[in-house]
Amino acid sequence: MDFGVIGANIAKLWTNYWHIYILEGVAITLKLTFIAVLLGAVLGVVVAILKMSKSKIIRFLITVYIEVIRGTPLLLQLYIFYFVLPEIFPIFDFNEFTWVAIALCINSSAYVSEIFRSGIQSVDIGQTEAARSLGLSSGQTMMRIVLPQAVKNILPALGNEFIMMLKETSLASTFFIGDLMTAHLKIKGATYLMLESLVITGLIYLCMTYPLSKLVEAFERKMKNADK
Amino acid sequence: MQTNKELIKTVDLHKSFGKLHVLQGVNETVKKGEVVTVIGPSGGGKSTFLRCLNLLEVPEKGQIIFDGVDITQKGINIDLHRQKMGMVFQNFNVFPHLDVCKNITLTPVLTKKKTQAEAEDMAKELLNRVGLIDKLHEMPNKLSGGQKQRLAIVRALAMEPEVMLFDEPTSALDPEMVGEVLDVIKGLVNTGMTSVIVTHEMRFAREVSDRVLFMAEGNVMESGKPEDMFGNPQTPRFKEFLSKVL
Repeated sequence: MDFGVIGANIAKLWTNYWHIYILEGVAITLKLTFIAVLLGAVLGVVVAILKMSKSKIIRFLITVYIEVIRGTPLLLQLYIFYFVLPEIFPIFDFNEFTWVAIALCINSSAYVSEIFRSGIQSVDIGQTEAARSLGLSSGQTMMRIVLPQAVKNILPALGNEFIMMLKETSLASTFFIGDLMTAHLKIKGATYLMLESLVITGLIYLCMTYPLSKLVEAFERKMKNADK
Repeated sequence: MQTNKELIKTVDLHKSFGKLHVLQGVNETVKKGEVVTVIGPSGGGKSTFLRCLNLLEVPEKGQIIFDGVDITQKGINIDLHRQKMGMVFQNFNVFPHLDVCKNITLTPVLTKKKTQAEAEDMAKELLNRVGLIDKLHEMPNKLSGGQKQRLAIVRALAMEPEVMLFDEPTSALDPEMVGEVLDVIKGLVNTGMTSVIVTHEMRFAREVSDRVLFMAEGNVMESGKPEDMFGNPQTPRFKEFLSKVL
């Protein structure tokens, strides 16, 4: 292997195609990740609260939902959302990007719901008792007292979920959805420079995930000191 | 200040935790304006009794009549009744994510009893009364235990309750802070606030109570005026308890 040639090729690829990596690939990867994690978080809160429901049936259904999603590969779920669901529900006339985004949201919701549930349970029961004794409803207590404290406890875990999802979106390239991994596939196809393109793609992923994980770490440190 | 109006009445109250039969048919009445302290050994059911009064613990059997309404009935909106019963906990349970002012104003505003401005005025007035006005915009983690408990009392008072329930309000405090909290409670009962106070502070119980309940083994063993109770205890169980704590 001639590292000189590889280095030159990487430089050439970057000069010629940086806009495809960044303006297309990174842009769509970030868009997918934000949609998946944000909507996944909203759905996840609902799932977490339902999981603590008094109704056994609801608890059972939610447990099935969480276990099925966490116990099967994301790629399999993507296939179902991409190929199967549009056939079953032709009335939902979504484009391919939307189906993939929905699959990622649903997947994220199962993980986020467990994060939220542990966060909610980490809030001292005395907080709930105090709020209820003042006459707040269980909904008001959840929204005003428990969730705000739970969210602070779980921000690091949510940050890690975001980082995970950022990497997982690469599976969407299976359907050529335009994310960073799709950009790599396109450029590799056009130039036959697989190794060089992989190096660039990997470095771009790292440039996104590394600062994020440092941010999460810094936040965790700050939280620990605040507790002292 | 005591009147003849029955504010809280419990009828044959039973509560178990697993196999432990914590309340064994408690029948008690608290009159409007009355100050009742509940004393007794740990595990005797004092706190459970108190926590049943606003249904933080739901009794298996029996009734709780609050202001003429049986709040153990099915379909009753307990939130509305709890708004009239303030509760103060051993561990303060102030809301750590809200500043002192917000701790007090949140519930009156959310339950639409007051506008934000009215609630803030009231918060200031109450904080003034308990000597915490300079902490108005502090976060609770900057307060001492005694200050937190005073805040918790004020937070409950902001709902203008008909009765205050105190669950061992000084048990988690450092000794030098017990006095400041007891002073606030004394000041409060002197205004005629109906109060039920679970406590281990015998001198305090003797000073403030209209009536003392001695609870042990899941029921009220003996009750009466503080001077009779402490001066002339009747049951062997209560005598034994007093000999240990006095």
